[in-house]
Amino acid sequence: MSWKRKDLLGMQDLDAAEIIGVLDTAASMKEIAAREIKKVPTLRGKTMVNLFYESSTRTRTSFEIAGKWLSADVINFSASGSSAEKGESLLDTARNIEAMSPDVVVVRHRAAGAPALLARHLRCGVINAGDGAHEHPTQALLDLMTIREKKGHLEGLNVTIVGDITHSRVARSDIHGMRKMGITVTVAGPPTLIPAQCQELGVKVSHRLEEAIAHADVIMMLRLQHERMQGGFIPSLREYSRVWGLSLAKLEHCRPDVLIMHPGPVNRGVELAPEVADSAYSVILDQVSNGVAVRMAVLYLLAGSKSA
Amino acid sequence: MNLLIKGGRVVDPTAGIDAVQDVWIADGRIHKVGRGLKAAAGTETVDAAGKAVCPGFIDMHVHLREPGFEYKETIASGTRAAAAGGFTAVACMANTFPVNDNRAVTDYILARARVEGVVRVYPIGAVTRNLEGRQLAELAEQAEGGCVAFSDDGKCVMNAELYRRAMEYALPFGVPVISHAEDCDLGHGGAMHEGFVSTELGLSGQPGASEDVMVARDIILAELTGAHLHIAHISTAGAVRLVRDAKARGVRVTAEVTPHHLLLTDEVVRSYDSNCKMVPPLRGKRDVEACLEALVDGTIDCVATDHAPHALSEKEGEFAEAANGIVGLETAVPLLLDRLVRPGVLDLPTLVTRLSAAPARLLNLPGGSLAPGAAADITILDLERTWTVEPAGFRSRGRNTPFAGFTGAGAPWMTLVGGVRVPS
Amino acid sequence: MSSREKAQVLDETGLDRALTRIAHEIVEQAGGGQDIALVGVKTRGVTLAERIGAKIAAIEGTEPSVGALDITLYRDDLGLKAEQPVVRSTEITFPIKGRTVVLVDDVLFTGRTIRAAMDALMDLGRPHVIRLAVLVDRGHRELPIRPDYVGKNLPTSRRETVAVLLREHDGVDRVVIQEE
Repeated sequence: MSWKRKDLLGMQDLDAAEIIGVLDTAASMKEIAAREIKKVPTLRGKTMVNLFYESSTRTRTSFEIAGKWLSADVINFSASGSSAEKGESLLDTARNIEAMSPDVVVVRHRAAGAPALLARHLRCGVINAGDGAHEHPTQALLDLMTIREKKGHLEGLNVTIVGDITHSRVARSDIHGMRKMGITVTVAGPPTLIPAQCQELGVKVSHRLEEAIAHADVIMMLRLQHERMQGGFIPSLREYSRVWGLSLAKLEHCRPDVLIMHPGPVNRGVELAPEVADSAYSVILDQVSNGVAVRMAVLYLLAGSKSA
Repeated sequence: MNLLIKGGRVVDPTAGIDAVQDVWIADGRIHKVGRGLKAAAGTETVDAAGKAVCPGFIDMHVHLREPGFEYKETIASGTRAAAAGGFTAVACMANTFPVNDNRAVTDYILARARVEGVVRVYPIGAVTRNLEGRQLAELAEQAEGGCVAFSDDGKCVMNAELYRRAMEYALPFGVPVISHAEDCDLGHGGAMHEGFVSTELGLSGQPGASEDVMVARDIILAELTGAHLHIAHISTAGAVRLVRDAKARGVRVTAEVTPHHLLLTDEVVRSYDSNCKMVPPLRGKRDVEACLEALVDGTIDCVATDHAPHALSEKEGEFAEAANGIVGLETAVPLLLDRLVRPGVLDLPTLVTRLSAAPARLLNLPGGSLAPGAAADITILDLERTWTVEPAGFRSRGRNTPFAGFTGAGAPWMTLVGGVRVPS
Repeated sequence: MSSREKAQVLDETGLDRALTRIAHEIVEQAGGGQDIALVGVKTRGVTLAERIGAKIAAIEGTEPSVGALDITLYRDDLGLKAEQPVVRSTEITFPIKGRTVVLVDDVLFTGRTIRAAMDALMDLGRPHVIRLAVLVDRGHRELPIRPDYVGKNLPTSRRETVAVLLREHDGVDRVVIQEE
């Protein structure tokens, strides 16, 4: 695989060979985390800017660690306490940053399409760390890496994604990525949280949790935002957790080797009972460590090469 | 319970039967329907010669008022009124106090019905919390608890986005959403139907459009979501036309009509008698004709009374201030038999369908036919018996009816639930 | 780039003898077979390290530790290419600290690969001493790096390339000079 893209905007753009390339590179880089000196000189002298308009300590920290372990210089730019508050437009902010010659910009924004806009106007590479409900490609890549690690392969697996699909960029990225790797994807949730014509994405749609997870190799639980009650999407957290939350009792009817995944942070007691989050089925912490490896791989592929 | 009903005219449209036959009940279930049946020795016999033996009637729109408004009606008195009116089952609306918007209230109603009810009681759960139209009620739990439909009846869910979400959310449970279609702003303050009568009487009126506008909206939402929408107490020609067109398009919409919207117009309000005051109000002649036509051709699927008892004090007083609603359980069947079947507007089998098979189908309830194996819920009618409507003799606690003093022929004669006669 | 084979410099037997001699030299300098760590530079260096390790085991009766080192992340020519080279994984399961480590590679040329290998090794721990074993030294050093054990010294011109073909990868054991 040769990575030729300037940017990583979404899983929808990638083909299977590119995805495998990233996963293989990430697998090779994973051992750096186990070293005493967690440093390789690969991106020495490169500047990486984290442009985060939505607060996110976890993803930003993951990118920051990835960059630093590769010896890059990491600059964090969060929207609060910046010129964005003074009403500077997204493009102006980006151009100002570009004037300082970064080699790669990682951006998270609540508006779908914001990274694409930046990618069109910036010379350096742009990595989408989450744009609205659209895509979060590094999350999907670390999910695929985790599944491949635990199951040994991807093709032919059954993955069920449970929860608020409508508002989830993780769901969309996972759906695109998993389908390209030959995984059969089922989405499950109350009809109010499944977007219009969802099945056209190439997934099965279910409104019964037990039926949707019965044969799953992997169950991906999505986080439920509390605001959904206000929008009339669900009556209450209580009913949601009773009907759609994962408990040990419900897991008894699943495959004994099923994996439980979650993009985090987990609403304990809502989508996952605490016992499930802490059980042997859960690979949530592996997802986090793989997140750093995947982001190192993506930074290496995008920032390391000669600029186009 | 074993019983042999001999020699009655068995009217079971689902089974295609309209003939003199015997009905043999064993252990509370229909054992056999046929000619010249001989039951086991010692079986009690009911001589139904000259009577019409029908599947038990189901009233899918009743306000039993319990919990919270027991001074108007209780599950005990309401179900007795139902039995007296020839009904073997009722579906009760959620505007109790507290509102039936959660499992605890549903469980309470079912528990009371088991002890106090004399006919089957099926709860309808609220769509929104406390009927406020702002947040969804716990529909999944309600469905699990036994609610057969969801409705904010008494009020209209004005927020289209929320109503859409409710229809979507309820979809997997396979229960219909029942609409009380009334635009609160258009219909605001109207004490009766807006028309020539309201002009003459000087009373503010509610145009038929306030119903049509919401029926149209709800049909469109049903089309968008694929939900089963049921229009409660349809009353206008406009709404009937909308339902007819929607059905032709394949939308899953059904509708019910009350006896009073088939038999009375706003003319009777001239008396300023608040026993003629309800929502939707009594409409004009063209509306009544459209509803009758629709009931005959099946555009309107069933008859439901919207039985709404009130205390005397709530109905006495100025017309505009009086509470909305009239009772109907004990007058519905006699009036329909005398005013529709007798003059040949509607034949008996069709009426029986509209009162039993149709509501059973709409709410996915057992019942609506006398097929072997079915529970022996049976309504036996005496088509010759003459009557006079005397509110003082009602089993219901409510006396609020516009039909006081009406006379006619044709009435329920015996009501059986699970093969057991229900005394009333 | 099509290359034309110019000459064979080692056949199967010659290659095997060279590795045997290197194995003996390593053992002799270390004063025995114990405690030797061989680290092959990916990809063919690893194969050679495994073969030398097997020979040391046959000579001395003790198996030396053998590891594999991927130096991609330490290359000094990253950022000069349009595409990033493929990263493979490093597998060194034994501690480096205080050990005598012999780096093994197939061809020693400019010395930049070995420079990167030493940096990579140092990031994993502080060895007592690092030595270098190569199958072929073709000259043209650009950095001050010299091997401790050499299979064959081979003067070449810059236009030529030296290809080491190994049974495990290429189905045959030979070393050839090619011209572009």
